[in-house]
Amino acid sequence: MKLTTLAATALMAASPAMADLVFPDLSYRTGPYAANGIPFSDGYQDYFTLLNERDGGIGGVPTKVIECETGYNTEKGVECYEATKGEGALVYQPLSTGITYQLIPKVTADGIPMHTMGYGRTSAKNGEVFSNVFNYPANYWDGASHAVNHIMSQGDIAGKKIALVYHNSAYGKEPIRTLEELAKKHGFELMLVPVDHPGQEQKSQWLQIRQQKPDNVIMYGWGVMNQVAIQEAANIRYPMENFIGIWWSGSENDVLPAGDRANGYKALTFHNLGDDYPLYDDLRKYVVDAGKAAGAGDQLGTALYNRGMYAAMLAAEAAKTAQEISGEKDLTPALMRDGMEALEMTEAKMAAIGLPGFGPEFKVSCQNHGGNGLGAVAQWDAEAKSWSLITGYEGSDQDVIQALVDEDSAAFAAEAGIEAGCK
Amino acid sequence: MFYRESGDFSTTYAEDNQTFPIKFDRYRYYAVLAVAFLVIPFIINDYWANAVFVPFLIYAIAAIGLNILTGYCGQVSLGTGGFMAVGAYAVYKLMTAFPEVSMLVHVPLAGLITAGVVTLFGLPSLRIKGFYLAVATLAAQFFLVWLFNKVPWFYNYSASGQISAPERDVIGIIITGPNTEAWAKYMICLIFVTLAALIARNLTRGSVGRKWMAIRDMDIAAEIIGVNPMMAKLTAFAVSGFFIGIAGALFFSVYLGAAEVGESFGIDKSFLVLFMVIIGGLGSIFGSFAGAAFMVLLPVFLKNVFVGLLGWPTDLAAHLQFIVSGGLIIVFLILEPHGLAQLWRLAKEKLRLWPFPH
Repeated sequence: MKLTTLAATALMAASPAMADLVFPDLSYRTGPYAANGIPFSDGYQDYFTLLNERDGGIGGVPTKVIECETGYNTEKGVECYEATKGEGALVYQPLSTGITYQLIPKVTADGIPMHTMGYGRTSAKNGEVFSNVFNYPANYWDGASHAVNHIMSQGDIAGKKIALVYHNSAYGKEPIRTLEELAKKHGFELMLVPVDHPGQEQKSQWLQIRQQKPDNVIMYGWGVMNQVAIQEAANIRYPMENFIGIWWSGSENDVLPAGDRANGYKALTFHNLGDDYPLYDDLRKYVVDAGKAAGAGDQLGTALYNRGMYAAMLAAEAAKTAQEISGEKDLTPALMRDGMEALEMTEAKMAAIGLPGFGPEFKVSCQNHGGNGLGAVAQWDAEAKSWSLITGYEGSDQDVIQALVDEDSAAFAAEAGIEAGCK
Repeated sequence: MFYRESGDFSTTYAEDNQTFPIKFDRYRYYAVLAVAFLVIPFIINDYWANAVFVPFLIYAIAAIGLNILTGYCGQVSLGTGGFMAVGAYAVYKLMTAFPEVSMLVHVPLAGLITAGVVTLFGLPSLRIKGFYLAVATLAAQFFLVWLFNKVPWFYNYSASGQISAPERDVIGIIITGPNTEAWAKYMICLIFVTLAALIARNLTRGSVGRKWMAIRDMDIAAEIIGVNPMMAKLTAFAVSGFFIGIAGALFFSVYLGAAEVGESFGIDKSFLVLFMVIIGGLGSIFGSFAGAAFMVLLPVFLKNVFVGLLGWPTDLAAHLQFIVSGGLIIVFLILEPHGLAQLWRLAKEKLRLWPFPH
């Protein structure tokens, strides 16, 4: 009992005043997924630090990031959610599909929005069913379609064998249905190769690939699984240009361990890469040089740092939109939700922020919480140690995806007893 | 001085045989129950329920289950995570197939199904012992996780392989799903944990428990004095499975709400529950509670101190938490190999004599 009273006092001491705009950061800097969790979290926090230092927050109200370590573990994620939701949290971004599945019913009941950018439950794109969950600008099924489209752009896909190497969890299983539909439509053969958490040992999976010789490999991996897969692919001399990862399998930390042998590996992305943007000057001036960077401050310009920053930028823009439409400076989660649903990203807006051409243009609406699903393919240059885009932003096969979204969201609505419709 | 039994006379056999024969113990037990049932439900909030009390109570049930098997009957099991998964998937299938039936029926039914499965995996214990049995149960752990991942029927063919608990109520009070009140979650777990502890305590005091302990202490001697090893071992597996199944069912339906077998019921869970039993004290019901409290509360407590109170970076805090809890486990086991329950027993002995130790 003594322990619990102490914990209670600790908790009370941690509660701040409620005046700031609170953005909880459910991060993971430990465990097998830390290599990917750290850059994302650094980018997310640094952007809000920049807003505070340069502009005094959003619309004059300072922002506050509360970091909570989840270790990519669903139980800790739930604990983090419960610990932070009472502090006026405006939007949750758990960066974990498992935690997302836990939180979808909870945030809906508590009226707090959640943004799962490029992950989470894909059918949350249907805002009529998932009122509080957003997954713009692209989702897993878009990714699967992009990968297939890219393979098709390089030659006839019919009769080819394509392997899906996936994290054996809700995350990795998400694209299977889409790929099965696409396989039927385009006449290729799909081969499923699951990798169990955490994926440190993949000898048998890659032996299977070596024996069955699929023409292409698509990977849905995360954390240490990515590095191991790319190294194993190099070990069996799998041609890297036929190996394509989802955007979560495309960070520098994933390809660097394999050295030169990772040259030519491809990964999808839904935002731009590198640090050649005016915003980075401000980031260096106000955050890094001032010694206020999150973490070690050495992740600037990496793919996942950019993604974390992009996530923070979209959250900040949604908060601005919410302030504009409600006229209130101090936001509540409900106002934030409305702001996210009215969010419109234009090229002019991104240029004003200092990120011209950084991401696709899209407009969120009640019917579409998922944006346009544009994506591009990046390729790794091992010598220059950098990613470069080899295609433009292209659309995904919405005929297949929209039907699946409708089907899956209808199933969820029936299961959870939700009446679909806009409020 | 504070803790003494003089003047506490038993005049009937029933009084002499009760669970807490010493008056002071008995009143303390009533006081704990009164606080648990009459005070905490009125002051509990979401954080305390979800981060502290609900996991503590559910792990306590699992620890009681494993303690019966390992602590009382001496059969080492590393399959607890997989067995909890059986309870979770059983209750999920029951909840979705028979939505009109009360959860108070489904959860014990899930326990019974788990008891059946665990008994099946307990069959090798008739032939093999010790480490070999541990490896056989480890195989059960991996097999069950693989099975629930592989066969879509178990997760009702959902695209992601996740199971999520629909909303269900007991006498009009919602106990699963996102709209559950904190006190309702807490109460349903408290009711199950109280019943589980009562049943376990009385089983272990009676002839069944004595047979288990005889097998644990020396199986050949037990057989010679007339204990049927097959019955004793298999009942231990069945009873243990029943409790672990209930724990798994509540863990999924009340606590998590959505689960993925590899993540929620992996080998880590088996070890976690085994640590609880060892740290709490093998062969003690109180030890199951103490071990569950230690393993659930310590990380939350350390996190709140390091991050909340001291404001340290979260990654440093997370790593320190591993070091501190690992260190404490080692210290405890060196100083008191019989676990927290033995510390409690010693404290009681000392208090009885205090302040005149001779």
